[in-house]
Amino acid sequence: MKLIFPAVLALTLISGNSLAAPASDQPGEKPGGQTTVYANGRNAFSFPAANLTDEERTRFAIGNSFFRRNWVEAPSSTKARDGLGPHFIARSCGGCHVQDGRGAPPDVTKGEQPVGLLLRLSVPGTGDHGGVVPEPVYGDQFDNFAIQQVHPEGKAIVSYDDIKGRFDDGTPYTLLQPSYGFSDLGYGPMAKDVMVSPRIAPQLIGVGLLEAIPEAEILTNAKQQKALAGSIKGIPNQVWDAPSQKMMLGRYGWKANVATIAHQTAGAFNGDIGITSSVFPNEACTSTQKDCLNAPKGHHDGATDIDDKTFGDVVFYQATLAPPARRGAGDKVVLRGQKLFEQAQCAVCHRPNYVTTGSPNPGLSSQALNGQTIWPYTDLLLHDMGDGLADGRPDFAANGKQWKTPPLWGVGLINDVNSHHRLLHDGRARGVMEAILWHGGEATESRQHVLKMNPSEREALVKFVESL
Amino acid sequence: MKKLLFALGFGTALLAQSCMALAAPSAANVIPVLTNYANIVHANYQDTLQSALRMQQAINAFLAQPSADTQQAAQKAWREAREFYGQTEAYRFYGGPIDGKDGPEGRLNAWPMDESYVDSVKGRTDAGLINNPAFVINMDNLIAQNERGGEENIATGWHAIEFLLWGQDFNANGPGDRSYTDFVDGKAPNADRRRDYLKVITDLLVADLNSLVKDWSPGRKFNYRAQFEKGGLDSLRMMFVGLGSLSRGELAGERLEVALNSQDQEDEHSCFSDNTDRDIVNNALGIENVWLGRYKRADGSVVQGASMKDLVTTENAELANKTTQQIATSVAAASAIHAPFDREIIGAKDAPGRQRIQATINSLTEQSKDLVSAANAVGITKLTLTQP
Repeated sequence: MKLIFPAVLALTLISGNSLAAPASDQPGEKPGGQTTVYANGRNAFSFPAANLTDEERTRFAIGNSFFRRNWVEAPSSTKARDGLGPHFIARSCGGCHVQDGRGAPPDVTKGEQPVGLLLRLSVPGTGDHGGVVPEPVYGDQFDNFAIQQVHPEGKAIVSYDDIKGRFDDGTPYTLLQPSYGFSDLGYGPMAKDVMVSPRIAPQLIGVGLLEAIPEAEILTNAKQQKALAGSIKGIPNQVWDAPSQKMMLGRYGWKANVATIAHQTAGAFNGDIGITSSVFPNEACTSTQKDCLNAPKGHHDGATDIDDKTFGDVVFYQATLAPPARRGAGDKVVLRGQKLFEQAQCAVCHRPNYVTTGSPNPGLSSQALNGQTIWPYTDLLLHDMGDGLADGRPDFAANGKQWKTPPLWGVGLINDVNSHHRLLHDGRARGVMEAILWHGGEATESRQHVLKMNPSEREALVKFVESL
Repeated sequence: MKKLLFALGFGTALLAQSCMALAAPSAANVIPVLTNYANIVHANYQDTLQSALRMQQAINAFLAQPSADTQQAAQKAWREAREFYGQTEAYRFYGGPIDGKDGPEGRLNAWPMDESYVDSVKGRTDAGLINNPAFVINMDNLIAQNERGGEENIATGWHAIEFLLWGQDFNANGPGDRSYTDFVDGKAPNADRRRDYLKVITDLLVADLNSLVKDWSPGRKFNYRAQFEKGGLDSLRMMFVGLGSLSRGELAGERLEVALNSQDQEDEHSCFSDNTDRDIVNNALGIENVWLGRYKRADGSVVQGASMKDLVTTENAELANKTTQQIATSVAAASAIHAPFDREIIGAKDAPGRQRIQATINSLTEQSKDLVSAANAVGITKLTLTQP
């Protein structure tokens, strides 16, 4: 007996030490720490964190089924999943986040309507809790589909113009400059001063780990950047979190306009699929959309389309999607690219690593995500990215030129999972190098640094980013 | 005390290191295992292709002369082909030919399927691509439509064929009972389009299976198999990843636990034909084939050779035996599940059907852990099911 107690104590100390140990300064091959899965191919983004318990794996599977299954129009024989619409963009979460991966802009040559690309709408001014003022007739997003007997809001028009440029060594490149518009509007013209912000559905790996980053770390990023010489000055967004009914630090969405996975999920269910929950119990119809307001409901007796338990399972599912291991982390070209990444100041905003503490919603996440050294490559701050990328539409503290630094993990596997490599907030960039070339504003010097690189340096830089 | 512990820790580290060194099997031992695996995969896809060709013939005969008899013959051929395809699912989840970049898995076997995406359903006679005359039915268009706008928007593959052969299942004790007249001009709207649709997706399925056979054919310099056989421990790692992921995430999780949770036939794998009980057995059997390194072919002959089990036995015979037994327990438990599966999932926790399914889940979960230990025993730690 005497022996056992000290032994247990010592073991605890040892594991405590390993958690508190400073993060290694080399990324290695496990971006999600002990949650990392060694996966590639079509399923690379679809595995649960490697260290989940059996019970958690079951919850993950159940959440997944509601994530990918289509919701259907009410009334229907499938009680578990009715309540689609009245307005919607997709019939399931997986409709935009295909294979838990990334959406692509529509193929405009085939006249496709966007699915994985959402168009947010608002008019100037400050709305509830400091957020946007929705477009008075169409609301805060454009829904291009509707159930029978209800008008779809219309069609989105996407077109591209070529922008040509050259690297300093003379190598030419072409970027796609998108324009957005609307046709066949279901409820008459939009406000003249409407502001439109296109947003692509991102890959979901590691979102639970991002939620578990201590808020102080993100605020420290802003302080450190402020103290640095140069133009990089990120700021945090502060946003309304509907589930907890308070202002919180924004982490999700292209403008860090959402604080928690729970809010993001409830918002997407409501706005994108037309599914009500206890967070957003009313269908997203505006007061002038009478057919939308009068459409049959999927729920009965005041209940919502999705119940709290199922909703929680869907949130848990996303929170525990694991980042896949890096490929070629020790490769010479990759290591060279890593140096170039640092030299070009990319790592100032794309901050490599953190040690997680825990989620603000532990019931909707897993303890397996806590105490992990993770490598997401983001500061989760807003940065002025210049006129080329600007949407001109503020969102809480974000102005019309600011975007949140997106995490880079998984970027090299998007092509495996989704058979495309469209990047940036609206998918305009065809691959990593085009995404870099779009960087302006605070990142202008970094872009100029890359323009000066020779072909083998450019290749190494891209290879490094794609190894993440 | 502190001193002692440090010494102890050091000792453990040393021990672990020497185990690792011992554990990694030599290339000479791994290569025959990879070759035998590739032989099994190739034979299994060949059997699937041959049985799918017989199904294609039966479907062509049905489409040429729709009748209750020709329809039943086509249904029977579908069921027979599924016996072999089900076993091939043990070759998924590591980014091989079936589900690597641009792999055909999504258009071969995606599920669950929103049937109204393809054809009319109860209450919506105008639903689906078949009833949309503006949609041109051909292979390229159907490939483009598959999983377009949602993972459940399944336009092609086994389950789309199944839906067209059986129709929606509204029977408590049997499968769907679509009438053959749905394929007869003048008896059902768009019968000609329905015939075209079934023909095109059957041809596509055969073409995709053909490409999988080629990917795994022996004696080629540049196909996937050639590269796989040279892959050493990394190829062995992929074999473990495939078995572990099918055991836990896909079969126990997506196909059994989800259905138990919802008690909804929409969550059963082959919901139109009520063939789900066979799908489960064949998945479990596919895992056992790979583990034991033997596969019983359609003609009764057996492909057999060096196995993962042999490699693990060399390192830890007890663990190898436990894994073998657990996998056999899963196959037995899966075989004990009654048809139709959509009745088996209904009821309270102690309903006999639900208990039979739960027993299968429990055994599969246990076997997934055994497989992780087995992989570790041969020096493989980079898996999806356990912390790296």
